[in-house]
This record gives sequence, C-alpha cells and structure tokens, in this order.
Amino acid sequence: MDNEKVIYFDNNATSRTAPEVEREMQPFFGEFYGNPSSMHFFGGGVQKYLDQARERVAALLGAMPEEIIFTSCGTESDSTALWSAVRAFPDKKHIIITKVEHPAVMNVAKFLESQGWRVTYLPVDEHGRLNLEDLKIALTPDTALVSIMWANNETGVVFPVEEAARITHAKGVLFHTDAVQAAGKLPINLKDAKIDMLSISGHKLHAPKGIGAFYLKKGSRFMPFMMGGHQEHGRRAGTENVPYIVGLGKAAELAASNLKKENTYVKGLRDRLEQGLSKAIKNTKINGIGAERLPNTVNISFEYVEGESILIMLSEKGICASSGSACTSGSLEPSHVIRSMSVPQTFAQGSIRFSLSVYNTEEEVDFVLKEMPAIIERLRAISPFADDKPLFGMDACQMHNH
Amino acid sequence: MWNYTEKVYEYFRNPRNVGEIENPDAVGEVGSIICGDALKLTLKVEKGTEKILDAKFKTFGCASAIASSSALTEMIKGKTLADASKITNQHIVEFLGGLPSEKMHCSVMGMEALEAAIKSYKGGKQEKVIIGAGERIVCKCFSVTEAKILKAIKENKLHTVEEVTNFTKAGGGCRQCVGEIEKILKDYWAEAEHKSFEKMTVVEKIKMLEKVLSEDINPKLKADGGWIELVDVRGKTVVLRFLGMCVGCPSSSATLKNVVEKEFRERIDPTLEVEAQ
Ligand code: FES
Repeated sequence: MDNEKVIYFDNNATSRTAPEVEREMQPFFGEFYGNPSSMHFFGGGVQKYLDQARERVAALLGAMPEEIIFTSCGTESDSTALWSAVRAFPDKKHIIITKVEHPAVMNVAKFLESQGWRVTYLPVDEHGRLNLEDLKIALTPDTALVSIMWANNETGVVFPVEEAARITHAKGVLFHTDAVQAAGKLPINLKDAKIDMLSISGHKLHAPKGIGAFYLKKGSRFMPFMMGGHQEHGRRAGTENVPYIVGLGKAAELAASNLKKENTYVKGLRDRLEQGLSKAIKNTKINGIGAERLPNTVNISFEYVEGESILIMLSEKGICASSGSACTSGSLEPSHVIRSMSVPQTFAQGSIRFSLSVYNTEEEVDFVLKEMPAIIERLRAISPFADDKPLFGMDACQMHNH
Repeated sequence: MWNYTEKVYEYFRNPRNVGEIENPDAVGEVGSIICGDALKLTLKVEKGTEKILDAKFKTFGCASAIASSSALTEMIKGKTLADASKITNQHIVEFLGGLPSEKMHCSVMGMEALEAAIKSYKGGKQEKVIIGAGERIVCKCFSVTEAKILKAIKENKLHTVEEVTNFTKAGGGCRQCVGEIEKILKDYWAEAEHKSFEKMTVVEKIKMLEKVLSEDINPKLKADGGWIELVDVRGKTVVLRFLGMCVGCPSSSATLKNVVEKEFRERIDPTLEVEAQ
C-alpha cells in the first residue's frame, strides 16, 4: 500500500482485528494446536477455551452459551438460517425478507424463488424504514421463515426486529435476523426476544475474517446446514477453527465493553462528519436520516457526481470509504438499497458510505471534512449536469419507465 | 478496486480539455444521469478543411468514463472530421493502455458522442442529436438499441451476453432483455460465419487479411524485429512477403505455417493456405 496515512472509514465492510484479539489468538496457532474433539488431554485441553469463547459471544447477545454455534462467517450463518427453515418445514413454500437484505440472504431467497418458493420482499420508505403492517399482511400459514436484518449495512438504518419477531411468532412462524452490522454497535438481548435465529460475523467487530456465529434459540426446529462430525452438538459439522473462535470470543467481550463508547464517542465522530459534510457541500442528502440508524454509519449522496470517481479521489488522499453505487460493484446500477429508498436519480449515483469505529479519531474526521469539498467541486466542474441548466440527456432514458 | 492502467489514472486525475466550447460548431451528447454515465462533447471545426480545431468535454461517470472522454478529445484534436470519424472505441481503449472489461462501455460512449457531434455538424444544427433515436430499443433499462448492440458485437467481436453488457450496458439492469441479446448474438454469428472467405469480394478479403495481420500477427513478429506484408490473394492461397529481421531467418518457413497460417485459419477460414513470395 502506497499511502502512508490510512484513514479507515469502511468498517461496515471489514474492521481491523483488535490487538487484544490478535494476542489472545496467538497461542492457538502454536502451543495449543490440539483438536478439541480428541480424546487425549492435549486436544481436550483446548475445549475450555472454546467454552469461554461461547460464553463471551452469548453474553454479547444476551443468549445462553448452548444457543451459540460457531460458523465460518456471516454468510454461512445466514445460509444456515434460510436452508434450515425451508428444510425443517418442507411443506411450507413461502418466505419473507426485505428488499434491502444483504446478498447473503437476498441471493438465497432468489435461488429459492427460482426453485418454486414464493418470496415476499418487504418494501422500505424513502428513509429506509420498514412498515410492520406490510409484514402482518404478508404472513400466511404457508410461511416457513421471516428474515429481516437488524441494521442495514449500507445506510445503517435499524429495523424494529424485536417487534417484527413478536408479530411473526404470533403466527407460529420462525424468525431470523441478520445482525452482522448491529452486533457490537447496538445492545442486543435475546433472552426475552422472539428471535429464533441470528447471524453475526467476526470481522465486522474486530475479530479476523473467516469466523462467524449463529444463534439458535433453545427448542427451535432446526436442520444443520453442514453435516458430518458431531461438532457443535451435531448442529455444524467440521473441526472447530479454534484460534478464530477464541478471537471471536475476545472480540465479543471487547464489543460488549465498548457498546457505550460506540453510542457516545463513535456516534459523536459520525455526527461531526455528517453535519460537517452537509454544511460544507451543497446539494447533499443523508440517506436514512429520518430513521433510527447505527451510531457509526453515514450514507451521503452528492448530487450530479458519481460514486466511484469520489472514492478514487478519496483513496488517493488515503481515505477509505465505499460506494454502493454503480461502477464500484461491477454492476451498472445504484445499489438495491439506495434504489429501494427511491433516492432521486440525480443523487443516487453519487452515494458514499463512511462507517467508523472506536479506532477513528476527530483529526481523521476533520481531514475528510477538509478534503471532501474540493473533491466534489472538481468532479462537479467536469459534470455536465452540475451547472444550472436542466438535465440534458434525460429524454434518451426517459422514454422508458425507470 | 478496478485494475486501471496508469494512463487511465493520469487522465482521470488530470483530465485534458475539460469544459464546454462557447458557440461550438458541433455538439455531441450521449447517456443520461439515469443511465449512470453521460458525456457532452463540443467541437470547434474549421470551415472548409473540416479540421477539428478544439474539443472539450464534460462527463458524468466513473474514472474510466472521465479518462475515456478526455482521451478522445486529445485523439481528435487536429484531425479532420472524416479522419476523426474513423476512431472506434477500440482506439480509445488502446490509447489508454486498456480498460477493465466491465468498463468498455465508457469507451463506446466516447465513440458515440463523437458520432453525435459529427452528425450535428453535418446537420448544421447545434441542438442535440440522439444516436439511435427512432430505432428499436432492446434494453429498456439503459435505452440500448439493436443497432448499437450489433455494432458493438461486430467491432469488438463479442460472443457472450456478459460482453455485450460490458460494452453497451444492455442487460445490466433488470435483465429482461437477456433473451433478446442472446438471439441477436446467435443470429449475428450464424450469418457472419456463413459468409465464408470464398464469397467475400476482393476488397473484403484484403481488408480481413490486413486486419488479422496488423492486429494479431505483426505485433508478435515485431517483438523480434520483423514483420510481413500482404502481396496477393489467389483463390484460397495468400501470398506474403517477409520483411525486417524475418528476411533470411532460418525459421521463417516454420513461422509461416505455425503462426501465420494457423492464425488465418482460426480467424478467417480453416481452408486457407499461405505461401511466401
Ligand atoms: S431491459 Fe435490459 S437490463 Fe432491463
């Protein structure tokens, strides 16, 4: 990497592994390399560290340790939820998700749809909010599962999942939530919630990539996604990834102790960034501003400029952010989340997400605030739309419905 | 991140010829904010000689769209409209040292803006010319016409829907048009392949052979300091002449069979023979 200074504002994509986590993992690559399934003392000795990690993850979620299953990532946890539900209820052929789910849920639902399942995609309003009346209407006796993310990865908008779970449960239907972005940023207490399944991912909360966890409420109907050995009480086969599980445990413990800081310090940085950008640059739009949002995420659209161009210019200043729009993802349209929120076309292509963490500082925020206006100004000077003339070129695409 | 060449970055960072010419002689506009990228090209043209005296652009789009537009203005300045009109999207890509395959549509946009500008000049009006207006639209999400898809297939030798999407955006949205794109591809290649070498006119044959020579064969030979030129075509026999380091090279006859003939057979007609003069 050529940039000396890295300002990392892309924590919803991935986060740095906390030094404490790294330290705690280290011995399990060397000294303690035993397989916890072995009968001898050397393998068995590792078991207690797995137990400790399970307790720590359970504590972060307000769950019982036996309700935690370690997986390889958030995607595996999401897949486990969806596949388990449809296989546990083979006669039911309907599932409900939202229009703004992460691809880990969305693409499984789309595949199921192609295989004959009926899928309801709940809409969101212009602030990215869900209307639970839509959920009530969508639930049928044929519904096998409702899966609603806790917080959106692109906008940070938080959904009322506990209420959604209550509505779902009242109809006897399983409820899953993808809490990959919420865990560690919002308080979660599953003890009294009607949530049957929940997914988390290690690398979003300062554990390494390649480790996740799946919460399965005691007594819920379940079919394992991975079959094989008896690990995780037969609910997820495969030799445990001991160092990473230990790392996730430590990260969960840190996250629990940092929760307050997320909602004070990180939120303060986020607000400073958000307000600073809105003030310094005209024609901006904070996506999801009318909704409850994660304390660390700001998704901002700059009118008449395109996201990838902004990102590259930011990147040349050492600033890492991301764009859900058009070109960065290789697809050619704004992200499905931004589109679902009916963000005006003139804004939609220029959407940038900054996602912060406890490792960010006020100086970093100020540096972005200093650099950003010039970047937008430069791009607007090149943009044919940015002067006061009405939009040209609308007619070519306006011939059709968008 | 995309794997952009240094030249793409350079033209993105320091774009040449940004802006709009006041009282331009020609204006070309393509794309729209809805399509995700747009380009406005304005030209100053010398009366009589039809030489492009100045060219400026404004682009809404990603780094490669900005780089492609800027590159285009550099490439056409000083050329006559007739010469400029020969510029294809491939030339823009070559100028930039390549573009990621998903970004080829940026270069196509440049070529189209130029086409629109030339049309506007010829029509003597500065108002907007929409290329493809009135033609059949295949992809509704991005308003891509059948003619545009066919042109991209032909000029860039596209074989898959994914490639067509990369070059024209068609099929990059709701994907409802994918079936139709498949059909256009199938029909085009079925016809193109039927048009065998034998049925081509002499000019077509020469053009085809020259193209393969300059694009596929000579670049390889030039690496070793030699090249070949076309001398004659007799029936299915192509007569060639070795030049440069290839003259007197002991392995030239092997090159003739293993490289040149193989390439001609693969690209043009499997029954072609080659001989050296
Ligand atoms: S019509 Fe072509 S992608 Fe939608």
